[in-house]
Amino acid sequence: MAAMAKQTSTTAKPATGEPIVQLIGVNKWYGEFHVLRDINLSVNKGERIVICGPSGSGKSTMIRCINRLEEHQKGRIIVDGTELTNDLKKIDEIRREVGMVFQHFNLFPHLTILENCTLAPIWVKKMPKKDAEEIAMKYLTRVKIPEQAHKYPGQLSGGQQQRVAIARSLCMSPKIMLFDEPTSALDPEMVKEVLDTMVSLAEEGMTMLCVTHEMGFARQVANRVIFMDAGQIVEANEPNEFFRNPQHERTKLFLSQILH
Amino acid sequence: MAVQSLSGGSLSYVQARQSDPLPPPTLVRGPIAWARQNLFSSVPNTILTLVVLYLLYLLVPPLVRFLFIDAVWTGADRAACREDMAGRPVGACWAFVVDRIGYFTYGAYPVAERWRVDVWFAMLAFGLGWLLWLKAPRRDIGAAYFFIVFPIASFVLLTGWRAIGLEPVSTAFWGGILVTLLVSVVGIVFSLPFGILLALGRRSKLPLVRLACVIFIEVIRGVPLITVLIMANTMLPLFLPAGITVDRLLRPLVGVAIFASAYMAEVVRGGLQAVPKGQYEGAMSLGLGYWRMMGLIVLPQALRIVIPGIVNTFIGLFKDTSLVYVIGVFDLMKTIESARIDPQWAAPTVSNTGYAFAALFYFLCCFGMSRYSLMVERRLAAGQRR
Repeated sequence: MAAMAKQTSTTAKPATGEPIVQLIGVNKWYGEFHVLRDINLSVNKGERIVICGPSGSGKSTMIRCINRLEEHQKGRIIVDGTELTNDLKKIDEIRREVGMVFQHFNLFPHLTILENCTLAPIWVKKMPKKDAEEIAMKYLTRVKIPEQAHKYPGQLSGGQQQRVAIARSLCMSPKIMLFDEPTSALDPEMVKEVLDTMVSLAEEGMTMLCVTHEMGFARQVANRVIFMDAGQIVEANEPNEFFRNPQHERTKLFLSQILH
Repeated sequence: MAVQSLSGGSLSYVQARQSDPLPPPTLVRGPIAWARQNLFSSVPNTILTLVVLYLLYLLVPPLVRFLFIDAVWTGADRAACREDMAGRPVGACWAFVVDRIGYFTYGAYPVAERWRVDVWFAMLAFGLGWLLWLKAPRRDIGAAYFFIVFPIASFVLLTGWRAIGLEPVSTAFWGGILVTLLVSVVGIVFSLPFGILLALGRRSKLPLVRLACVIFIEVIRGVPLITVLIMANTMLPLFLPAGITVDRLLRPLVGVAIFASAYMAEVVRGGLQAVPKGQYEGAMSLGLGYWRMMGLIVLPQALRIVIPGIVNTFIGLFKDTSLVYVIGVFDLMKTIESARIDPQWAAPTVSNTGYAFAALFYFLCCFGMSRYSLMVERRLAAGQRR
């Protein structure tokens, strides 16, 4: 009950502060196919955004543009004051501040859980190994699997692997976290443990952009729900209003199909 | 009926109680059962078994007779190995190998200086052992020894240095197993890093780098090793300014290393392609740059996948070093070739014995590599099953 009350209070708190991610007139093509069509989106510090939409609507592509896993061809993307260009140095700088969690975890199978978490702090941030391990254990404890630290990813369940992936990103102390369908590849029994981790992250005020179809999660933590279709942001609204009163025809159809 | 059982929960296929685990059924064991199951399970299988047994009967006894029973183990010259002089059927003339083992090992390296080659063999074995023994302590020092200290020490030791009392020995006198191992080790040690660089270059986003790597790989791979060796031997000096000569042994070393690199590049490329795209993305999203991503994440996985291919290339390279004889370098095969026509050992079975010795040497080395790689694969697989 107390947790519920706390969540309500965090959701109620408006995300304040200056925009930390800005997409201005962003366009992207895969060959002839126009995936992102004139995307304009501004995300404030501490804001939690859930992005949903039918498959192929460009939602993954959009958040992958934010840390340059995909290159946009027109428009501007500004992350924490730095504009994404072809400058490799700036790209690495931004990637250091933007954590990403993937649908298929993308843990490194040849390294232990602990090594997965300490790799980037040691090699990118030049942190001493001992400090890196301390931080890694702190975050592994936070995602509730410190006892798995010396196992290999292949020995963990999907839910555990995804929590490790979250911890691995957190070890870089990112300012922004991107989630690309983090629960879509999980067995139904494991979805909750990952969502719980994400909720607690949201409660701490992390700026989050989540591509997900977990509508319960959207209701619980999102400041804004964004609906994308055919490469465009079709609708954006505060979650209660979004679910209760969708404006766009495409949104209504989509919601009727996923909310039974 | 159906409605009743559905609602009543008394379906016959729903197990009411959790069953306890049972031991697996006992199998029939024993050699006879094994043979029946594996060798005589059906008519074609039985026929195959009999044919193979007959072939073994044809091959194995004469081979054993030649190599061991009728073999001559001691003797000073051809008299020991000639039927008319020895007065008995003569198989392999091992006395010839024993007599010439020094030549097979060192070539024409001066007898008084051969201890230097022995030291080199020991240093090589030490370095290899340190690197290949996976649980050895401080393998980083081992690597530094093998890749920095050992090459310099080898050069000084084998070519000589007057200042520290080592008589210079021209590479023209080097030969036998020394040269075979030297060419192989240089080829193996250089081909892996160069092959990796070429493979990365071939997958590079920079068109010029990619083009250069593709041309290099395809040209070298599309040309026989003999051609590469002959070109290294005769054409290399033409491209160099007058007065500069490249050592006659260095030429095939370079040729073999280049040739093996091209093959290695394609093996490594196969491994790079097998690493899922998500691994690259995971590494990039953490802010790792290109070289760290490759060195820490992609290559360790890619190389692990292609260990069989890498060792296959090493084994091929090891045997192909015997081709250096075409440009007049005295490797093991060439020393055997020149020793077997020596009139002092003119006997009917001497040539075959020499070849048998070479076969044994090459086989033991290659089989060792093969077994070692299997062991490494099994060890690495045990660590992290997906």
